[in-house]
Order: sequence, then C-alpha cells, then structure tokens
Amino acid sequence: MKTLVCVKRVPMTGGRIVLTEDEQAIETKHLGFAISPHEECGVEEAVRLWEHHGGDTVVLTLGPADAEEQLRDSMAIGIARGIHLVTDGEEWDPEATAGAIVDVIRADEAASGLFDLIFFGNESADSGGFQIGLRVAHALDRPCATGLKGVAVDGDLVRCEQEEGGGRDVYELPLPAVVTVLEGLNLPRYPSVPGRMRAGRKPLEALTPVRPASRLERARLVVPEGESKQAEVLGRGPDAAAAVVDLLEQIGVAS
Amino acid sequence: MNLVLVEHVDGAATDVSLQALALAAGLGGETHALVIGPGGAAASVNIPAAVVHVAEHDALDAFAPDAWASILGGLAEQIGATAIVAPGSGHATDAMARAAVRLGEPLAANCISVTPGDPLLVTRVRWGGSLLEEARLHTGRALITVAPHAVVAAPAGSPGSVETFTPEIADADLVVRVRDRVAPPAGGVSLADAKVVVTGGRGVGSPEGFVVVEELAALLGGAVGCSRAVTMSGWRPHTDQVGQTGNKIAPEIYIACGVSGATQHIAGAKGAKKILAVNTDSEAPIMSIADYAVVGDLHEVLPAISAELRRRRA
Ligand SMILES: Cc1cc2nc3c(=O)[nH]c(=O)nc-3n(C[C@H](O)[C@H](O)[C@H](O)COP(=O)(O)OP(=O)(O)OC[C@H]3O[C@@H](n4cnc5c(N)ncnc54)[C@H](O)[C@@H]3O)c2cc1C
Ligand SMILES: Nc1ncnc2c1ncn2[C@@H]1O[C@H](COP(=O)(O)O)[C@@H](O)[C@H]1O
Repeated sequence: MKTLVCVKRVPMTGGRIVLTEDEQAIETKHLGFAISPHEECGVEEAVRLWEHHGGDTVVLTLGPADAEEQLRDSMAIGIARGIHLVTDGEEWDPEATAGAIVDVIRADEAASGLFDLIFFGNESADSGGFQIGLRVAHALDRPCATGLKGVAVDGDLVRCEQEEGGGRDVYELPLPAVVTVLEGLNLPRYPSVPGRMRAGRKPLEALTPVRPASRLERARLVVPEGESKQAEVLGRGPDAAAAVVDLLEQIGVAS
Repeated sequence: MNLVLVEHVDGAATDVSLQALALAAGLGGETHALVIGPGGAAASVNIPAAVVHVAEHDALDAFAPDAWASILGGLAEQIGATAIVAPGSGHATDAMARAAVRLGEPLAANCISVTPGDPLLVTRVRWGGSLLEEARLHTGRALITVAPHAVVAAPAGSPGSVETFTPEIADADLVVRVRDRVAPPAGGVSLADAKVVVTGGRGVGSPEGFVVVEELAALLGGAVGCSRAVTMSGWRPHTDQVGQTGNKIAPEIYIACGVSGATQHIAGAKGAKKILAVNTDSEAPIMSIADYAVVGDLHEVLPAISAELRRRRA
C-alpha cells in the first residue's frame, strides 16, 4: 500500500492569542508548534496501515522552512519519507494550497505509482477552511469521505465512519480514495528516541512552489472581544465547598 | 439572488439552517432555498424564502454529498445565484466544498457576518472560534458556510412558492453515499446535552484520580469531560474531550478542574453559561476566563463539594 498524509504546522497558542502588529498573523515568538491534532491521527493511521500491509508512506506539508520539524516528527513515528513545499511563511489560501498539493501528488504518482489512500484533516486547526481534502480529491477524480472517526481498509475498499446525529454514518469507498479525518480516529503514539534518530536520516524532498493570487484574501485577524475577565474567587481549598453549593443552588443545578 | 441550502430533520428546517437564512438576508436581494431528500416537502412550508426548491429523487434517501453538490451547483447556475449559503454543519459543509470545487469558486467557511459589495467582505472564525478573520471574497459567485450558533436565526415564515423537481443524478455522484448507520451508544448524559459538565485536566494526575470528578458529576446529574492532555495520556477516551478538536458543550455551569484554560480547550466551552474553575494556581489562564474560581487542590475541593451536597440533601 502507498499512502500520503498532508499535515500543517500550527502554533500552540496557550491561554491567550496575541496578534502581530500588522494583524496578519499570531505572534509566535514565544510559542511552540505542532501538527494539527486531526492530521496527527492521519499520520498514526498511515503508520498502522504500513505496519499491516507494508509499502510506502509519505508525509507532505506546505509551509515555512521550520515546518521540516513537523515532517520529521511524522517520520519519527514511522512515515518513510517527506515532501516539503517550502514557503516564505505567508499562509496560502485553500485553493492555492490544494493546487500545489495536487501538482506534487501527480509528480510523485508518475514516478512511483498511485497513492491508495490520501489522508487529510477534516479542517486545519488554525484557518479551518474545511475544503482542501475535497479539492484535491476532485482534481484527482477520486472518491472522498469527510470528518471520519473510523477508517478500515478491506481489500479494494475503505470503510469510513462519520459521526452524525449522535450515531455514525458508514461509507464504503473504492481505492484509490481520499479521506479527511478527525481526532479520536485513534490514539497517536509518541515518537521514541531511536525513532527520532532514524527520522533525521529519512529522505526529504523540498520544492518551492509559487503562490498564486488569492480569491479568499485575508484582510486582518481580530481577537474576539470580551475574552478577558477576572474570576470571582469563592474561596480557597475545601472551605470553599459551602459557597460552591450556594452557587449551584442559585443556578438551579444542585438538586 | 442568493441560494441557501437548508437542512431539515423531522420535517422542519434545522436551527443552523435558519441562521444561514438570516446571514443570507444580509447579502440583500431575493433568497431562494433548496431542500434535498425525504421530508424536504414537509419542511418547505415553514421556510422563509421567496422560493423553496425541493429536490426529490429515490437515490437521495441516503446522504450522498457529490449528488448534493451537483444539485446545489446546478440549481445555482440555473437561477443565476450570486451567492450560495449553507449552515456550517458536517454534511452541509461537505456538500458546499464539493460544490465550490465543481463551480471553480472559493469557499469561505464558518462566517459570522457578510458585507455585500465587490469584493464581498466576510468575517469568519478561525481556531474553532478563538480568533476571527476579516477577508475579501473576489468572485461573482460567493460560497459561504455559516458558523453554527453565532448568528440570530431568521424568524419563522412561509415561502412565496414551493417548486418540486427531480434532479438528474449521475452514477458517479452516488459512489460516496451513506451505506449503513451505527446507532449511538445507549445511556448516560451526553456531553453535548448535559446541564452540568465537570471536567478534569492534567491536574487530576491519573486515571484513578477521576473518581472525584465522576462523583461530583453524578451527584449533579451531569457529564464528565476532560482536556486533551488527559486524552493524549490515555487516561480517558477521546469521546470525553472538550475543546476545539473534541466536544462542544453548552451547560448551565461548566466546572473545570485542573485545567489551565488553553484557547483550544475553551473553544469547546464557549456555549457554557457559567464557568467555575478549580485550580491550585491562582494565575492560571483559566482565572481570566472563568466566572468563579476556587483556588485549591481538586482532590480536596471536589470531595468537599460532594460532601456538602450530600449533607444538604440529607
Ligand atoms: C490545534 C490544537 C488543538 C487542540 N485541541 C484541544 C482540545 O480540543 N481540547 C483540549 O483540552 N486541548 C486541546 N489542545 C491542547 C491545549 O493546547 C492544551 O495543551 C491542553 O488543553 C492542556 O490541558 P490541561 O489544561 O489539562 O493541562 P495543563 O495545561 O498542563 O494544565 C494543568 C492545570 O492543572 C492545574 N493543577 C495541577 N494540579 C492540580 C491539582 N491537584 N488541583 C487543581 N489544579 C491542579 C495546574 O495549575 C494547571 O493549570 C489543542 C492544542 C492544539 C495545538
Ligand atoms: N499548508 C498545508 N500543508 C499541507 N496540508 C495542509 C496544509 N493546509 C491544510 N492542509 C491539509 O488540509 C486539511 C484541511 O485544511 P483546511 O481546508 O484549511 O481546513 C488539513 O487538515 C491538512 O490535512
């Protein structure tokens, strides 16, 4: 089996979001970065498929030079190789990102065969466009199911489970296919130290695509109002219990 | 003219669909609505739109997102819609993204306001609601989904007219189709519906530590939640997680214990009417998000609250 996972590098924003002065981005000077949680589950699932079926596994990101960190993290838990579409750090819109991903998939498939399964997150954690996986699937003319919390390959089919209205809707797609997944799909493993060492030596292809004009053009970012207040302290330690129960009674949930 | 994709359950438009209709009204011009599948005809009579188009076809009994996209895109072209709006629910968002790519258009997801013009201005949510983005949509046919529960729903009303039609559906558009359904797990209060949610974060310290959280939740008839730090440690299943990538909750009171208050956690608790934090650190970020706080060790504070509740009930 040959699989691909598309991941995005996003800041871990902590307790409060601070914007850069030009209001175009999050101030990340003091922040760490991660792969979006949904995509982390995509990486884990691709590694499990490889453990079961063998074959080739690839992780791809479009992002700044530092996004190599997220590719290496994925390789540290078992992905075989990486593709890095290197940008100047400016965020690309969904149409542009999908276009660049399609180009590189076509080139890789021409060289080493079709991806049986391509994983995306249902939505990126930061921009939440809810579309790149579907755009890529359409361009490649492959079936795609979205928002999945269950993905099971069975012969030429992939059985997909999507939470809907409390229960789960089940889809069955013929391979090759594209799936967009959600956190909860699996519990991703942590990389081991030897895994990290191996990841440093795994092949990584870097390309520099050109960003097209955006039709969904960001004007500025805004932190929503009313986020900051000071909690009323009801007390310290167990002595606060009476005040808490008074509050619960007042809200009408105590009995 | 605007076209709104309206979802319906039990013969009535969903709340989020009425919110989408309200946002579309802000674009100006006449609004048409589209309902798809069984029950659409029943729902159509209470949809406040100039025209409600009802798509009926045997193949639409089960959700098939490519078929929905083809119907939506086809109708938009036929009536010359300059904007297509849908609620930001799972199925509608999926169908809208497919429609966007078929029509060769951009899609602005999870918008909370629009200002008509060229370009059209939208405000959309990022980071699960922790951040907003103002953006310009450069196109003659804007596709927009509406963030759930961020816009006041359109008042009830009846349509100017209802037009039922049978769309043509290609076999290729039925490859991706709901084949089966797994029923929801029975019993218990769901996080989404609970009036009280008691959550434990990393501060709980261990899976066993959740006993005190469970005890208080049970006494209050509420549900137990957790943070991602807890899920990633394997202490609780992901189904308990509250946050941007977990459950969205809307209780009367949210009791967050041993949770620092990361933006991605709070993104799931924006619907809570009141938040009570229990934390050893009086400087934790959650102290400037919560309405009330108890500074202290949750392993002492929670049993004391449970004991006090029992004492008053006895
Ligand atoms: C893209 C993205 C998406 C994310 N999605 C989610 C999500 O959906 N949900 C989510 O929860 N997180 C999410 N996160 C993770 C989030 O950023 C935080 O890392 C996480 O919420 C921290 O969990 P925590 O508050 O339990 O742990 P910590 O941040 O470690 O906080 C523990 C708190 O417990 C307090 N404490 C310690 N001991 C005690 C005690 N005995 N009694 C009382 N208090 C005590 C400490 O003072 C501290 O404030 C996401 C992160 C990213 C990057
Ligand atoms: N810059 C990127 N590089 C690689 N994959 C991406 C990038 N941005 C988004 N994706 C993938 O597309 C999914 C959906 O993104 P979006 O449409 O922006 O919500 C994400 O979960 C990722 O899997």
